[in-house]
Amino acid sequence: MKTSVIKLAGVDVEVFEAGSGNPLLWLHGANGFAPAHPFVKPFAERRRLVVPSHPGFGKSDLPLWIDRPDDIAVMYLELLDRLGIAKTEIVGCSLGGWIAAEMASMAPERFAKIVLVAPAGVKVGPGDKLDIPDIWALPQEEVNKLVFHDPAKMAVDPAKLSDEQLTIMLRNRETTALLTWEPWMHNPKLKHRLHRVKAPTLFVRGVSDGMMSAAYVDAYAKLVPGARTATIAAAGHAPQLEQPAAFAATVLPFLDG
Amino acid sequence: MRAWHFSENAYPYLPPADTYSSIRVTLPNKVYDPAKGADLYHRYIDEWLIAEEAGLDIMLNEHHQTATCVDPAAPLMLAILARASTKARLLILGNPISNRRQPVRIAEEMAMVDVISKGRLEAGFVRGVPYEILPANSNPVRMNERHWEALDLIVKAWTTQDGPFSWEGNFFHHRSVNIWPRPWQQPHPPIWVSTTSPSGAFAVGERGYVQATFLTGFEGTRQVFDGYRRGWQKAGRKGPVPIDRLAYAALVYTAPTQKEAYAGAEKLLWYVTANKVPPHIANPPGYVPVAANLAMMRGAEHPLSGFKKNASVEAAIESGLMFAGTPDQVAAQFKKVYDYVGGFGHLLIMGQAGFLEHADTVLGIKTFAREVYPRLQEAYPDSTPSYTPKAADGTGKFAGAYSGP
Repeated sequence: MKTSVIKLAGVDVEVFEAGSGNPLLWLHGANGFAPAHPFVKPFAERRRLVVPSHPGFGKSDLPLWIDRPDDIAVMYLELLDRLGIAKTEIVGCSLGGWIAAEMASMAPERFAKIVLVAPAGVKVGPGDKLDIPDIWALPQEEVNKLVFHDPAKMAVDPAKLSDEQLTIMLRNRETTALLTWEPWMHNPKLKHRLHRVKAPTLFVRGVSDGMMSAAYVDAYAKLVPGARTATIAAAGHAPQLEQPAAFAATVLPFLDG
Repeated sequence: MRAWHFSENAYPYLPPADTYSSIRVTLPNKVYDPAKGADLYHRYIDEWLIAEEAGLDIMLNEHHQTATCVDPAAPLMLAILARASTKARLLILGNPISNRRQPVRIAEEMAMVDVISKGRLEAGFVRGVPYEILPANSNPVRMNERHWEALDLIVKAWTTQDGPFSWEGNFFHHRSVNIWPRPWQQPHPPIWVSTTSPSGAFAVGERGYVQATFLTGFEGTRQVFDGYRRGWQKAGRKGPVPIDRLAYAALVYTAPTQKEAYAGAEKLLWYVTANKVPPHIANPPGYVPVAANLAMMRGAEHPLSGFKKNASVEAAIESGLMFAGTPDQVAAQFKKVYDYVGGFGHLLIMGQAGFLEHADTVLGIKTFAREVYPRLQEAYPDSTPSYTPKAADGTGKFAGAYSGP
């Protein structure tokens, strides 16, 4: 287990690595990444797990020229080059799922298997209704209800965080706003590129997810040739955090199969 | 010293505040009656012109999706006033250039008003309060960067007279900019920028534009003006900041007797107390720096939030947010703030708010203009240097020892 800093396109990016075997690139969501996240253990036991903190998240730098998820997708294709990974499995959660979908549409040949967990990135519904609720226009308690199956257990209590942890959390929020503000949570071009994806793809959704509806995830999956969908019980928008065992039991067989 | 009559063009006829969660952004516009709204527009315009007649200058601003300020297109109101007024300086404070996407269009609008008014425009630029983010769908991150690039582009558009130029910045892109008309005032109208933070004021001071701050009271105003003075010196300017670079906006109500004055002042408090906005609208991510958000999560409170809980005329005067009373009282309150913050040359008078009716608004304007303004003009000529106050005694009165720049 190690965390190193790798310079990509002139940007210092924090990269966590654990385990060995076939590579698995893991792209975190808007809440960022911590080595203590419960999915690390089951996946690092079976794979060479590579988790970059996106620019502007964790301790990764954020230069002025980065303002959309596809900027990061290009950087992470370079990351694969730098790590000597010709082809990889990829798991992307929420915002990370959006970046993963961009990468898969850019360089389909680089991916062996793709898992998109409640991914943002496309617009499939009517123009006068948001596909994804505007989390910045809601009180935090309402957002927690959308994001978690069990907010009482899962929601972060800022009073229990150190200044350093809170600083990272606040910076993660700010970067999420920067990257997703307009168009809200999607790239209008992406859905016209997803037909290029070649790898077997699994969409995963927590049944209580108030952010990405079943209709949204199903419509997204239809844009990716041959994609399947799976649901995780008693989980919201982040099943990898809320039900890590059930999540691993769903995703690892797909990756192994 | 210049004094400016400022009115937000509020629409006060609202249902009880406990029936809505926010007076801004989400309050449905079905509660707005266009007939009442029309009467209000005409009344507020009349009041600006009465202020002009009394010898004051005119200031207006812009907000969106809110009952507190039904002037979502300030350049339109400015255009009306440019034609209807004859002598007042016209301050728009201001154009929200982090939220409006076409700085060149703003340069055109301002140049047009400057020409129509024959050179009476004072062009202000604001970053915009956080509640403007949702209505503008504007990204709250990197607003400062957008603000300064937009302002630089506007100045270049105003001052380029030899045909088209191009602009390829981080946020704005143009192949051909060549505005018609060009401004009346040369090289361009005076530029104002408002900010209520010392770091923001530093950036304004470096550029030497006029700095305005709103309702920041004794302490906050002093810090903002000090930020400006530091920026001014950092840019290598010789000599002190003249007071005509600094402006303070306060609630002001003057009447012949204290009783009348406090009654009017009480109504002005609506400007602060009616501003009901939930935290998620009041503080979008990235609007303030991470360190400021950290401080807020650890319990820091905006000074105005504390004031709102126990708002009163006395408390507002005590905090330096308000000048209210007889002419003598108002002049004395003004001097106390002026001395404490190191001097400023523009008093932006929030002279109408909420249910302060026309007759009372006019009384406040006229009493100030007749009884207070001449004393301030005499005491504080525009060339007066401002200074960094060195020390204050425990009562908040300025101790008198200045460290001149």
